[in-house]
This record gives sequence, C-alpha cells and structure tokens, in this order.
Amino acid sequence: MAKQRVAVVGVGQTKYQATRGDVSMVGLVREAAVRALADAEMTWADIDAVVIGKAPDFFEGVMMPELFLADALGCTGKPMLRVHTAGSVGGSTAIVAANLVQAGIHKRVLTVAFEKQSESEAMWALSLPIPFTPPLHAGAGGYFAPHIRSYMRRASAPDHIGILVALKDRKNALKNPYAHLHEHDITFDSVKESIMLWDPIRYAETCPSSDGACAVVLAAEDVADRAPRPPAWVHSTAMRSEPTLSADRDPVLPHASRDCAQALYRDAGITNPRAEIDCAEIYVPFSWFEPMWLESLGFAEPGEGWKLTEQGVTALDGDMPINMSGGVLSSNPIGASGMIRFAEAANQVRGLCGEHQVDGARRALGHAYGGGSQYFAMWIVGSEKP
Amino acid sequence: MRDVAIVSFAQSDHQRAVLDLNEVEMLMPVTRAALDQVGLTIRDIGFTCSGSTDYLAGSAFSFVSTLDGVGPWPPIQESHVEMDGAWALYEAWVKLQMGEIDTAFVYAYSKSSPGDLPMVLSRQLDPITVGPLWPDSVSIAALQAQALIDAGIVTLDAMAEVAARSRRDALANNPHAQLRWDRSAAEVAAESPHTGVLRRSDCPPITDGAAAIVLAAGDRARELTDNPVWIRGIDHRIDPMNLGLRDLTDVPSARLAAQHSGVGAAPVDLWELHAPFTHEEILLRRAIGVPDDANVNPSGGALCANPMLTAGLIRIGEAAGAVASGRAHRVVAHATQGPALQQNLVTVLEGDR
Repeated sequence: MAKQRVAVVGVGQTKYQATRGDVSMVGLVREAAVRALADAEMTWADIDAVVIGKAPDFFEGVMMPELFLADALGCTGKPMLRVHTAGSVGGSTAIVAANLVQAGIHKRVLTVAFEKQSESEAMWALSLPIPFTPPLHAGAGGYFAPHIRSYMRRASAPDHIGILVALKDRKNALKNPYAHLHEHDITFDSVKESIMLWDPIRYAETCPSSDGACAVVLAAEDVADRAPRPPAWVHSTAMRSEPTLSADRDPVLPHASRDCAQALYRDAGITNPRAEIDCAEIYVPFSWFEPMWLESLGFAEPGEGWKLTEQGVTALDGDMPINMSGGVLSSNPIGASGMIRFAEAANQVRGLCGEHQVDGARRALGHAYGGGSQYFAMWIVGSEKP
Repeated sequence: MRDVAIVSFAQSDHQRAVLDLNEVEMLMPVTRAALDQVGLTIRDIGFTCSGSTDYLAGSAFSFVSTLDGVGPWPPIQESHVEMDGAWALYEAWVKLQMGEIDTAFVYAYSKSSPGDLPMVLSRQLDPITVGPLWPDSVSIAALQAQALIDAGIVTLDAMAEVAARSRRDALANNPHAQLRWDRSAAEVAAESPHTGVLRRSDCPPITDGAAAIVLAAGDRARELTDNPVWIRGIDHRIDPMNLGLRDLTDVPSARLAAQHSGVGAAPVDLWELHAPFTHEEILLRRAIGVPDDANVNPSGGALCANPMLTAGLIRIGEAAGAVASGRAHRVVAHATQGPALQQNLVTVLEGDR
C-alpha cells in the first residue's frame, strides 16, 4: 500500500505555567486532549489509537506514566504507544502518530505530549554525567554553553544576537494566550542586565521550566476533507539520530540536523526552504540556538544565521518569521515542547493563530531536537494537499 | 498490508545479574549477532527502534547512550519507545508499511539487578491513589492469582504444572534461559507460599538481558534469508491500569489483540505467551483462545528468563525461530507490560510453505 495522506484536524494546548497545581497529570493531559477533540469536532469514541510522548519519567517520578493515563485518554480497548526520544520526543511522537495514518492502519489518531516539571527539579534531572568527562556542568545550559561559544567564534557573531532573540520571542509570547512567560516590561536592557547563568547564556535567554500538555488529532484524507476547520496537510516528516560520543560530531552544525532537513525538504519537494517555507517553529531553548538552527535548516549559509536575526528577518512581521508563538524560550514543558512546535506550525497554515498569525502562511516547518543535539524530528505542513 | 518478515533474531545468555558489563556492553554482542546473521551493518538498515526504560537504568535519557552501541554514524533514522521491545517492533513494522524503507532493526534490553525490581515496578502505579501504598509487582500478581482461583478459573495444581513444564522445556530447548530445572509439578505444588498464593516457582526470575530482531520487507527479506518469517497480523491493546476498574479474571485487551491480529483464522502450531507468572499463562490461554493440547512456550517463556521490556520481544524472536528452523509453520507470539497484564500485543507469524 502506498503512503496515505494525513492531516492535522485538531490541536489542543493547555495554559503553560511554572506550576499547574490545579490539575493532576491526568487533568493536564485531558485538558489538551479535550481541546484537540473539540477543535476536530470529534469525541473519544472517534479515536482509533493514542500515541503519547514525554521526556524522562524521573521528571514526574512515575515509571511509564502512560499506563495509568491510558484510561483518562480514552484508550481502553485501543492501541496505545509511548514514545521517548529525548527532547525531540514531542516531534517524534507526532510523527509516529502520523505514520499510523500514512501506513493505512488507522483513520483518526490522537497524539498527546506532556511534562509536569513542577513535580521535580528538572535542572538537576538534566545534569547527567557524561562518560569520560568531568562533571562540571549544571543543567542543560551548562552543556550547551560551549557549543554556543564555539558558534559565536566561528560565525564572528556579535554578543547581542542572543538578546535580540530572547526579546523577540518573549514579545511574541505576549500575543499567545497559552505562553508561560508574559513579560510585558521586557526590554533589550532588561535581558542584557539579567544574571549570567552559563556564559554567554543569561537568565533571560533561557527557557522556563513549565507544566503543560499539547495534543493533536491526525486524520486520513477522507476524514480531513470533511473536517470542520481547515486541515494542515503533512507534506513530509523526518527523524535522525547521531551518537553522543563521536570525534566526528559537530554540535554547532550537527550532521543529523542537516541530514534530517535535507530528507524533509526532498520529500516535500522543497529546493529553496527560505523562499518556499513561510514561517517556522523551531526548538530554541537558549536564545543562540535560533541562528544556529537557521543555518543547519538551510535558511542561511553557515556563519550567516545571526545576520537574519539581527536584520529582523525572523520577527513576526519579518520575511522569515521564527517562533511566532514565543517558542521554547517562553514555554517549556520539555516532553511537550516539540509537539507544541509541530502544532503551532500546523495552526499557522490552518490560519488559527490569532494575534501571532503570519498573514497568508501556506507552508510551515515544525522542528524539535533533543539530547546534546543528537536527536532531530521535523515536519512540513501546508494548507494545500501535498 | 505489505509483507514484512523477521529475518534475524539474537538474544543474550540471560543472567540474574550482569555485574561486569554496563547496559551498552551487554547489548552490543546481541545487536552485532542479529545483524551478522543476515550480513548487514547499521548503515544498511532503514529504520532502528528500541525499547527500554530509564527507571531500570537509573538515569534519565539512558537510551541515548545505548544508541552509541549500534554506531549511528553517519546519522540514522531512529526512534525509541519506553515500552517492551515488542512495541518497538510494532513501530518498525508501521514504518515498513509506508513503503519507504525495506529493512528495520529492533532491540531491547534491561538490567533489573541494580535495584529492587518489585518495588521499582510499584512506581508504575497511579501516583496519587495507589503508588503511595508501595504495592510491589509480585503482590499485585498474587492478587490476580487469588481472584482467578476464587473464580474457579485457575487451580494451584494447574499453576504448578505450568511452572514445572516451563523449566523442563527450558532445560531441554533453551540454552539462553536463566532458570532451567527438572522437578515434578507435585514438588512445586508442595512448596510453601511465597507471596499470597504464589509459590516461588510460580514467579519469574529477575533477569539482566537483551535481544534484537531484524525485519525486512518483501523481496529484500528473501534476499537476506532462505527462511523469512512473515508477520501475518499484529495488533496491540490496553486496559485501564486501576485494578478496581478491571475484572482481574479476564484480559480484554489480549482478547481484542488476538482477534484483530487474526489468530483464529487458521490452526496454530506453537504459541509463545509472555506470562511471567504461572497463573497468567492459564488466563492468557483463555483470553487468546489457545487449545488445551497446544504447544505453549517451548522456550520456557518468561518463567525462565524475564528481562523487563525485553521478554516480550524475545517471545516474538523465539516464535519466529521455531518457524525459521522448520519446527512450526504458523505461530502466535504475545507480549505484555504493565501491572496484571494491562497492555498486550499479539502477532501471527508464518513461514513460506
């Protein structure tokens, strides 16, 4: 059987915040799932299978929590899969769910990704010992700071680029009611003067730690054709992984990232991503990853990404808007963050993004990465059928 | 659906505690063996998928470093499930159905030895209503056994038969098994209770181990082996976890998975059921529809080696091995995970006649 068409017909998000003390894990995932079903005008009974994703189980202290969440997600008697591919998991989970429709196995798949980081201290959960390496870093920022310094040196990028990214994303977040951080008084100087956590990463250039869930309903072509709201057609998906320990690795411009983007564009028939993609939601947990990913995604030549940021190209009203929702810098329930990127990309081409909508967005990229930049998941969605 | 076959299977020699190797080192010879059997390297593989859990490794993102053991360079198309490797095989089968790749590599592993496994597994339970009571996995199995005995579905003697038969079969047939012995069912029946109604011999061993399978589609499968084992049906379902919401004397999810994978369409020569406890085999036989005189778990099953999140994949590998070697033609393999058989996968495998 040839690959079948699949489209996003429903998206649901929770309000992201530091502590969602008003809901349990069950309540959190249901909040997103119920909203996605409402968007698709479906009920639990319409769903054939559920695919759930989240980052490490230690974050909430429950081993394989999908087992106890199965009932709340309407899975009884249905197939349920649990994906975990590090920080890229939200994206990978959506791709696995899309594959179930593309393979002709199911017609309607609900996919949910979540993290309830207030249950633990994520920074220390992320301070993993690296084999053969002195344990000198605290949190993901400590791991990534040397990559960023390397990028700045290689690209001869000026110091203030990271500040510009943080300012842009946090201002975009003001237009997104679901975003965790709504910093109305943020300025260039307030970012610049915030405390330096892991040089060159300042506090205000760092993602928050959030509770939240995101859900997406994926449907086969005949179902999507009758969807109550515009569907977002999946034009291509790609996943790539590379080793943690390899002398050949370049964490600034990872091989797996370039391969993943290449496969993604090839399958979507895209030859000039900058011209053919209208906007993108990419995984930027620390400000400097915007210019870095612009380069490995082919939106700029190596060493040139920061210039797009500096020229305002990546602003909401720019030529190539990036992270219109405020991105990971404004909301970061880790296991869900990748799916939020995928879902926001879908809602852009559905025209449902409200105040942070890019006018006339017809084709958008959703991107997630994980681990120490070894894991990548991406999709291209469009308002027209592929 | 597209024809997809199991073309290679390898597993470790299962042990109570692998002390001199870490997870990656324990896994590497197994992944190497599975690929070598069909003359492939990771570069020839279209999609790789693994199953494991951070809770046994004791480290967040544990699978990330394990991936290094398969040598993903240049980068590979890869995914991971926090589930038994049987579900990793399912995800790989889905990828193959899309028709873009022709080969897939699946592996699973775990070391339970560093911790107190029954207590670790209690962390799977609802964290608000059940988890705080710390009910261990053996006690939950014992609750189900008691319910089955009370309902007249299972007897302690029948459980003893399963215990003795499984270990005897492992002694005869399975050099990889950890627990292999020849004692009569009467001897097992005479054991004193260990947890609730369960005797020690009704329980699985605690195991460190790994397994790997290579899948290939259509003509590619025939190029790689003379004896491809075709996946004719595969389906998986889940029940609610909450023990109070379930009838513990039935497994509706296994019943549904058997129906949807087409178990009943033709006679079955051999069954590999993932039943870590003796009463679970008896319950699963009823749910899946296994005839009384059937050949069940000639490998000894999970009662003889039970690496967590791996023993389900091993059932598929063992069943496929029986077909590839010509001992059987049409077989059924089953995998389970979660408390009291909560989630179940069933696959029907067939050889070329």
